[in-house]
Amino acid sequence: MTDLDPQRLAQRIRRRVLDHTIRNGGGYLSQACSSAEILATLYGRVMRLGDSVAPMVPGPFQGVPGPHNPHAHTGSGYNGPKAPELDRFFFSPVHYSLVLYSVLIETGRMAPEGLAQFNQDGSTVELIGAEHSPGIEVTAGSLAQTLSQAGGVALARRLKGDTGRTWIFMSDGEFQEGQTWEALQALAYWKLDRVGVYVDVNGYQCDGKMDGIMNIEPLADRCRAFGADVHEVDGHDVEALTAPTRKPPDGKPLVVLARTDPCHGIELLRDRTPKLHYLRFKTDAERKAYEAVLAAWQD
Amino acid sequence: MEIVTRPHARNLVRWAKDRPEVVVLSADLTASCEADEFRDAYPDRFFSLGMAEQNLMGFAAGLAREGFTPFLHTFGVFLTRRPYDQLAMSVCYPNLPVRLLGFLPGVTTPGGVTHQATDDVALMRALPNMTVLECGDATEVESVLDVAQAVRGPVYVRMLRGEVPRLFTADEPMQLGKARVLSADGELTLLTAGICTEEALRTTVALASRGIRVRHLHLSTLKPFDDPAVLDALLRPGLGVITLENHSIVGGLGSAAAEVMAEAGVGRPLVRLGLRDTFAHGASKAYLLKKYGLDAWALTQAIEAMVGRSSGLAPEDLAQVHLTPVHSASKAEAL
Repeated sequence: MTDLDPQRLAQRIRRRVLDHTIRNGGGYLSQACSSAEILATLYGRVMRLGDSVAPMVPGPFQGVPGPHNPHAHTGSGYNGPKAPELDRFFFSPVHYSLVLYSVLIETGRMAPEGLAQFNQDGSTVELIGAEHSPGIEVTAGSLAQTLSQAGGVALARRLKGDTGRTWIFMSDGEFQEGQTWEALQALAYWKLDRVGVYVDVNGYQCDGKMDGIMNIEPLADRCRAFGADVHEVDGHDVEALTAPTRKPPDGKPLVVLARTDPCHGIELLRDRTPKLHYLRFKTDAERKAYEAVLAAWQD
Repeated sequence: MEIVTRPHARNLVRWAKDRPEVVVLSADLTASCEADEFRDAYPDRFFSLGMAEQNLMGFAAGLAREGFTPFLHTFGVFLTRRPYDQLAMSVCYPNLPVRLLGFLPGVTTPGGVTHQATDDVALMRALPNMTVLECGDATEVESVLDVAQAVRGPVYVRMLRGEVPRLFTADEPMQLGKARVLSADGELTLLTAGICTEEALRTTVALASRGIRVRHLHLSTLKPFDDPAVLDALLRPGLGVITLENHSIVGGLGSAAAEVMAEAGVGRPLVRLGLRDTFAHGASKAYLLKKYGLDAWALTQAIEAMVGRSSGLAPEDLAQVHLTPVHSASKAEAL
């Protein structure tokens, strides 16, 4: 039986991403440090998903969707079947894909061997996942497009009378894009209150610390002004992350701003600040230092 | 010639009546795009998303993934240029059945450069999975919804609004990938689309009376570009090919013709009439058609140059040409 306790799940996610980053010679490690509790809470406690209906080891890429390709598919099957009463999950910052694949493994939805295909030619387990990648349903790499698409899905589900909720995981950098605000205003206007958005507010983006690149604060006030039901929580506290979902929908889309630390759980990473977007070992000594962290790891 | 007022407004209500999967998404141009009668008839299937076209694409994509068929109504510029990445990634990549009804193609609006979709065909042709249609008259406006709905992937339509002439009889609807052969034989090949076909008919009727005949096809499907009749007309063009389009000569009908001819090694001249790599500006349709060389007189001069002789026609002769609805190729000869 897979242990889905969010706290322990989060540590296993971090460990797996660290392990993979060392083997791979690099990886999106800070994203795992910041988001592990958020994704662990969603998968382990909040979301009502069925068991995976996708292969434990992902198959090869079946080609891009099109009128002559009946084999194209999405990776949503890893999040279970689609059913009126079940929840749906949309993963927006696909630069976190390594973290999501690790989540799927640690929740028993994908075999560990699946990660061996990460960033391999011809594989669906892509570096920056697209809709055919495990756990992913829309092509989100051009950031900030997922919330609108999930809004359309939520509107369709309301028209069909579905009772399940629609969850979206986002990164804070996506709040620099205008489309995010277009989407929020539309979700609020159409009262799509079965939409819940979890944002990993780690304060960093590709170029470094966000407030030196483009300010998005005060994010909670801004989201509230756009009509969302906003909860600002410690993004490493699974109880705090869970609490906003206990309240039934009340006419407003739910936005949970999870304030996180991009080095949480791996102090060594702090030496790289503020260039945390992608970890590439500069020296053999640095790699050995990370190996030592992994060797001493305790979930 | 019959002029039909707001053909899309009425037709959309009739057509969508027993199609509960059809929803309309609007971006603050509801009456301007003749979606107001639908809004009033089926308020539960009409969604106003405001002036926010990037989000519009995402909502359309989400609805399409769940089995609905969204019909997006706004001006062509706001469906193509403005949210191009969203259209490409959220709608086209997954090949979703989203119908984009783009109004104000080319110089049909005095609204100026911001409102004139003069590069929309080029942009839409460049997107994999996209089908591109263009309406040339009221009959095509009334039948394009059936054509679009039969396509499994996304469809962009250059729509006409307001006072729309009926060039083609109502019993001959638009068909996917099938050009209308308006004149089967002639010294050269002429391809036209959209509102340019009305201009071209004035020219071809007048020239025929002076002994100059052209093989004339009207295209309503701009992508895919594989109609055997069109390919035949390009591969056996006579003296050459002239294209006339309410669009930039870069990336539209003229470019599509050039691609076919070049790939097949057709060593005949191609003259592309259209906006010559320029933006336009705000003025009347007639003024702009003349200014940019898209009108019947510009076409007459191009044909005369290609056949190498003068017809003796003057611009005012073309204005007096009486057009009746075209029924088929054989009857077009009798115009």
